[in-house]
Amino acid sequence: MNPRFPPVPIVAVLAALAALGGLVLLPVAALFAEAAGQGLGRALAAFDDPDSLAAIRLTLLVAAISVPVNTLGGLAASWCIARFRFTGRGVLLTFIELPLSVSPVISGLVWVLLFGAQGWFAPAVDRLGVQVIFATPGLVLATLFVTFPFVVRQLVPLMQAQGSEEEEAALTLGASPWRMFWHVTLPNVRWALLQGVLLLNARAMGEFGAVTVVSGRIRGQTLTMPLQIEALYNDFQAPAAFAMAGLLALLALVTLAARAWLEWHTRRGTDKTMATA
Amino acid sequence: MNGRFVRPNPLPGFGPAFGVTLAWVALIVLIPLTALALRPWSLGITGVLASLESPRVLAALKLSFGASLAAAAINVPLGLLVAWVLVRGRFPGRQLADALVDLPFALPTAVAGIALTTLYAPNGWIGGLVAPFGIDLAYAMPGIMVALVFAGLPYVVRTVQPVLMDLPAEVEEVAATLGARPPQILVRVVLPAILPALLTGFGMAFARAVGEYGSVIFIAGNMPGLTEIAPLLIVIRLEQFDYAGAAVLALAMLMLSFTMLGAVNLLQQRLARRAR
Amino acid sequence: MNKRMALKSAAAALLLTITIGSRPAAAQDSLLNVSYDPTRELYREVNRVFPAVWQKQTGRSIAVNTSHGGSGAQARAVLDGLQADVVTLALASDIDALATRGLVAKDWQTRLPEGSTPYTSTIVFLVRSGNPKAIRDWPDLVRSGVRVITPNPKTSGGARWNYLAALGWALRQPGGTEATGEAYLRRLFAQVPVLDTGARGATNTFVQRGLGDVLLAWENEALLSREELGADRFEIVYPSVTIRADPPVAVVDAVADKRGSRAPAEAFLRFLYSPEGQEIAARHHFRPRDPVVAARYEQKFPPVPTFGIELFGGWPEAQARHFAEGGVFDQVTTPAH
Repeated sequence: MNPRFPPVPIVAVLAALAALGGLVLLPVAALFAEAAGQGLGRALAAFDDPDSLAAIRLTLLVAAISVPVNTLGGLAASWCIARFRFTGRGVLLTFIELPLSVSPVISGLVWVLLFGAQGWFAPAVDRLGVQVIFATPGLVLATLFVTFPFVVRQLVPLMQAQGSEEEEAALTLGASPWRMFWHVTLPNVRWALLQGVLLLNARAMGEFGAVTVVSGRIRGQTLTMPLQIEALYNDFQAPAAFAMAGLLALLALVTLAARAWLEWHTRRGTDKTMATA
Repeated sequence: MNGRFVRPNPLPGFGPAFGVTLAWVALIVLIPLTALALRPWSLGITGVLASLESPRVLAALKLSFGASLAAAAINVPLGLLVAWVLVRGRFPGRQLADALVDLPFALPTAVAGIALTTLYAPNGWIGGLVAPFGIDLAYAMPGIMVALVFAGLPYVVRTVQPVLMDLPAEVEEVAATLGARPPQILVRVVLPAILPALLTGFGMAFARAVGEYGSVIFIAGNMPGLTEIAPLLIVIRLEQFDYAGAAVLALAMLMLSFTMLGAVNLLQQRLARRAR
Repeated sequence: MNKRMALKSAAAALLLTITIGSRPAAAQDSLLNVSYDPTRELYREVNRVFPAVWQKQTGRSIAVNTSHGGSGAQARAVLDGLQADVVTLALASDIDALATRGLVAKDWQTRLPEGSTPYTSTIVFLVRSGNPKAIRDWPDLVRSGVRVITPNPKTSGGARWNYLAALGWALRQPGGTEATGEAYLRRLFAQVPVLDTGARGATNTFVQRGLGDVLLAWENEALLSREELGADRFEIVYPSVTIRADPPVAVVDAVADKRGSRAPAEAFLRFLYSPEGQEIAARHHFRPRDPVVAARYEQKFPPVPTFGIELFGGWPEAQARHFAEGGVFDQVTTPAH
């Protein structure tokens, strides 16, 4: 970011790029090479299929619900954990992180234990006539569970490192709590928050293991994009499956564009203040 | 919420924020996990222990936790290097490289598994290079390790990156003018400052690796006692309608991870306090 | 003050989560068929044809939805509340599991002809073109240097048929006993480098990854693989004897009664037995029951000596003895230390 930093040796850059390329880029390239070898037409056929379109819609819906819920919850929790010392703070933090270490299979299973036909809440759900698992609500719940810790994980270390001096100063200068939050807290953490939301969104769209358990796999109804990709792959339609995977990666990374925009926007802002100074 | 529970603090908003936090944690995490924690005991204590002590279960747990620790340990230097280069490096295509880091997240685990297997199988681009020497990558330990490192890398990079961005330039600058070389700067100056974040990243990469199912299943080979991971055993028990048995394994894995994460958190907070 | 605020926001968050909608129950004239993996192509066509038949019979329109997955996982989903009107699974024991929990009547297997199996299949060997390792029969699989691909019987219905086919051959050899059978299985699984979780996964390992010399597979899966991936790349080998694999079907009584869908559900299953349904099954590589249709497909399905699940005392016994935790499969795959 800053030209005053000592330069990074070229060896380090090359090593990092080699690691990224070999570990991340190459497998994906191999995948798409294999798909392309079987013809582009078969790949694009994926987007002609009403089941695939339904899967795209469903994935967007699930992400549209889980991302805001976990972002707001994560912000609230980070504020408590990073700014206050209270009994059980460590336990709370560990609980928040716990979903990360729960195998995706289990993240689906827990909802079956609650809402499945023999689950705790089965009678209540039955009386209401609502289908929770094997329908959209179950997919949302499983996704919420899996993507639970991302925002907190990004914010807490940073907020702790920053300390609360600036916020306290704002309050002393007479700012209202909301003003302080909007003008001090949020701008200070915006990269980390954005990063957290990016991870959250990517994982919400790409989650496979947990939604497998609660989906019921009804074609055109409860298959999210990752499940549809698997279904296509299993149908000997590998090119179409990889085309869907490509679209999913793009959708999941859409927040990257937001970050680039924000970065550009703020840089222009600081340039302006420097010019007026 | 008076002085006893929360230490006095001039900052506002603890009450509402804590309320939201509690509801959020309870509904999405606590209640489901309680259901999981209570499920095994229909077997009785002896039943629970019996379903854990078979050599096959122990081998799977050992593999899952051992390989995940190793993968997280590989991810720490690797992720630090990548994060450092992305934050400080000036080279064409930096944005693109930055986007690549999130790819393991954005790809559904099944796709990642298929992609890695395509590459490392004996007829793949990399697997084919070593196959003539009788080395198996896919369907053996190296394959499992690759899948776990792949899954965990973004966690380390993305936790270290924001802290690295926030680090004031002056210290490094001074170190540089005093004649310190880049590796020295990294080890002596940068490293202590980002150690808490690095630990967090380690914990996340480890935790993610332990639970990883979708990608490993394609590349592991899944031979009992050799390349069979613990999450697969859970699935196998579920296939047999053995919910209690599956919950026992799940709970055992959860408690092991919980302990590990708790230890990492404790260490991380101690470091964070000392750094301040 | 703070405490009240905390409670209030907790309540608000709770309300929010509850009101996050759930979709209304599916439209009335619809059926959900929960099936296993290799029937995707079959039921895609059945689902297209059946609504017209139903319309002609009753004047009502209907939409059939399908769900595909591993047979055991699918049965579990139905147990857990997936609203399946009919199940069409890989093995009787998966429907038995539904029957023991009261979702399907205990006598389900006698309610439809042929033990409620409208089509059958069998287990065959898929080898690479030219059969380079000269694999002709079961003993060839345990020759040194032969690598065998089969999925994990714990997670795949097809793999259980593979396993029992191999065991059945060994039991029927002169002097064959349980002990020689298990010895053969131990040698067989020592030649297996990968245990995929599903039949299609194993097919992909064999076909796309080029691993192994022979794939144990459903006949319908082997025929489909050749059709999809090139008849010149693979050959099908029929062993001297194999198992008759019967994938069963049943109405899920609990769901059909609740949703009032019994009539179309039963009609759907009966359609599978009709000449038209049998023709579709045969086209999608399942052996038809109807002798007339079977005669038309004689070329495609060569006669092969088979034994049935009775050899192992029926599914409940085979399941408990071989595939339960600590069963024979676990024993023969425990690495010798």
